Amino acid sequence: MKSSAAVTSGKIKRLSQKKNRSLSLRSTLDLSIMALPGILVLFIFNYIPIAGILIAFKNYNNRLGFWGSEWVGLRNFEFLFKSQDAFRIIRNTLGYNLFFILLLMVCAIATALLLDSVKRKISLKIYQTTFFLPYFISWVVAGYMAQTLFEFDKGILNQFVKMFGGENVAWYQELKPWLLILPFAHVWKNIGFQTIIYYGAIMSIDQELYDAAKIDGCRGVHIIRYIVLPLIKPTAIILTILAIGSIMRADFGLFYYIPNNSGMLYEVTDVIDTYIFRVLKQTGDVSISSAIGFFQSVIGFALVMITNWVVGKINSENALL
Amino acid sequence: MKTKSIKNLWVHIPLILLALCCLLPFLLVLAISFSDEATISNYGYSLIPLKFSLEAYRYVFEYPQQILRSYGVTLTVTSIGTILGVLLTAGLAYPISRPDYKMKRPLSLYIFITMVFNGGLVPTYILLSQYLHLKDTLAVLILPMMVSAWNVFLLKTFFMTIPISLIESAKLDGASEFTIFFRIVIPLSKVGIAVVTLFIMLAYWNDWFLSLIYIDNDKIVSLQYLLYRIMESVTFFTQSSGAAKTMMGSMTLPDETVRMAICVIAAGPMVLIFPFFQKYFVKGITIGSVKG
Repeated sequence: MKSSAAVTSGKIKRLSQKKNRSLSLRSTLDLSIMALPGILVLFIFNYIPIAGILIAFKNYNNRLGFWGSEWVGLRNFEFLFKSQDAFRIIRNTLGYNLFFILLLMVCAIATALLLDSVKRKISLKIYQTTFFLPYFISWVVAGYMAQTLFEFDKGILNQFVKMFGGENVAWYQELKPWLLILPFAHVWKNIGFQTIIYYGAIMSIDQELYDAAKIDGCRGVHIIRYIVLPLIKPTAIILTILAIGSIMRADFGLFYYIPNNSGMLYEVTDVIDTYIFRVLKQTGDVSISSAIGFFQSVIGFALVMITNWVVGKINSENALL
Repeated sequence: MKTKSIKNLWVHIPLILLALCCLLPFLLVLAISFSDEATISNYGYSLIPLKFSLEAYRYVFEYPQQILRSYGVTLTVTSIGTILGVLLTAGLAYPISRPDYKMKRPLSLYIFITMVFNGGLVPTYILLSQYLHLKDTLAVLILPMMVSAWNVFLLKTFFMTIPISLIESAKLDGASEFTIFFRIVIPLSKVGIAVVTLFIMLAYWNDWFLSLIYIDNDKIVSLQYLLYRIMESVTFFTQSSGAAKTMMGSMTLPDETVRMAICVIAAGPMVLIFPFFQKYFVKGITIGSVKG
């Protein structure tokens, strides 16, 4: 907590440096009243559950409730890490998320660079709108779209397979393709959003820098390499820190709907969030799912802080907080 | 001139490919919903209906109760949630945008912590279901999503562009903080309010997660949840054994084209409407990311 207090204070200091006007008690009270409903909602729906992660150390019983259930120390964690699931879901969550972060960054920067060389306003607009479409739909709807591709008899992919003389592939049972399908779906859904961020960063580069570089004989790829990429690096770093902060959290909808929750695919599609959901919904077993949930929250928080600290060490300008 | 057009080609080919990737799945669903069921069964899906048919839509509109009810749920949740969400978000964002507000630092930190620390599903589930008894209520689809730290900080940056001198002079004229907020700050931040409204609205419209966790009641099935349920029953059906299939009968399953038609009816309006507000989304995303 202390470190985050310290890091946010930097941000706030910058804003309040201008002038420190003092406010009448009446005004302070009024402003606080404005914030009160929001404060309460955050307290109930965010802060109480944060305290609630302690049930990971309890043998939770519905009848006894949170306070009445007995403390069992690390027993839930023992159960969790003895099960084979733990390794699988942590591996999948981390593995996919790392790959997602890298892949999306590369794709979004590449797309933004390409968009930057599109000069006609109307084409630019059409591209941006199209790339943004998947952002507007839910994963459920995306799941319907996925079915039109992966369906066994009628799906588009199998039509292609047949066209080239192959046998129909049971996509919802084959493990290997999903290692690529899931990252593809992730990029598909988020490319519009991320591209806008990088495109904005590129747009904000001072035209004089380009002109100066051109006078020095800098052309094409070199401009990208020595002007554009270094200048969008801070943006990339901020986005990466944010993404690493939630690296223990999987995008539930992606992993649940795109593979159509197919049990045969769990080896490559089961992640922490889908696992917690399944355990909670199917068995109502709180102990194991709360243990993995605790793990997720604490590691996630630690990762944000560590990444931010590391980035701050290397280059304090780029640190997020 | 020639080298220029070749360069253009290298720019446009990947962009067009990407655009097709983004667009084709939408068109595919649309095409299937307008196709003849028997033709689909025989020849598979196709981007252009081999045999055009409105049968699926006719079927859906013949028994519109479920769709209408789901529209009702989604519209109710989205409108109430968006109005309350925007009010609460603005209520938090405005005080922390004021350099002279004494509690600014602790309040910002209080909001910020929810961004990096999260209790996760299990404690939230126990709280909402066992203690607040929100299961199977409309409220559970609204309350947990009302305030997001990201939106608060986004709106704050818009509020911060209002000159403090304006607020101070209003105060000299005897205006209270509330009057200033509703009469000056909000009207001057229309773009910011629009941006946040759209983000909140999109989140409510597309939410299925809260329904998945907290709703068992057939009467509170939102559009997204309806789509989920249809998909689930189809999956269950195709994965279950022959005996179970005969027991369930073939009537329980909507046809392929009908499913896609429901998908179009459920997702279509927003997919058509949101791109018109893209300007605001772009603004929000750019500003939000710059502020981190």
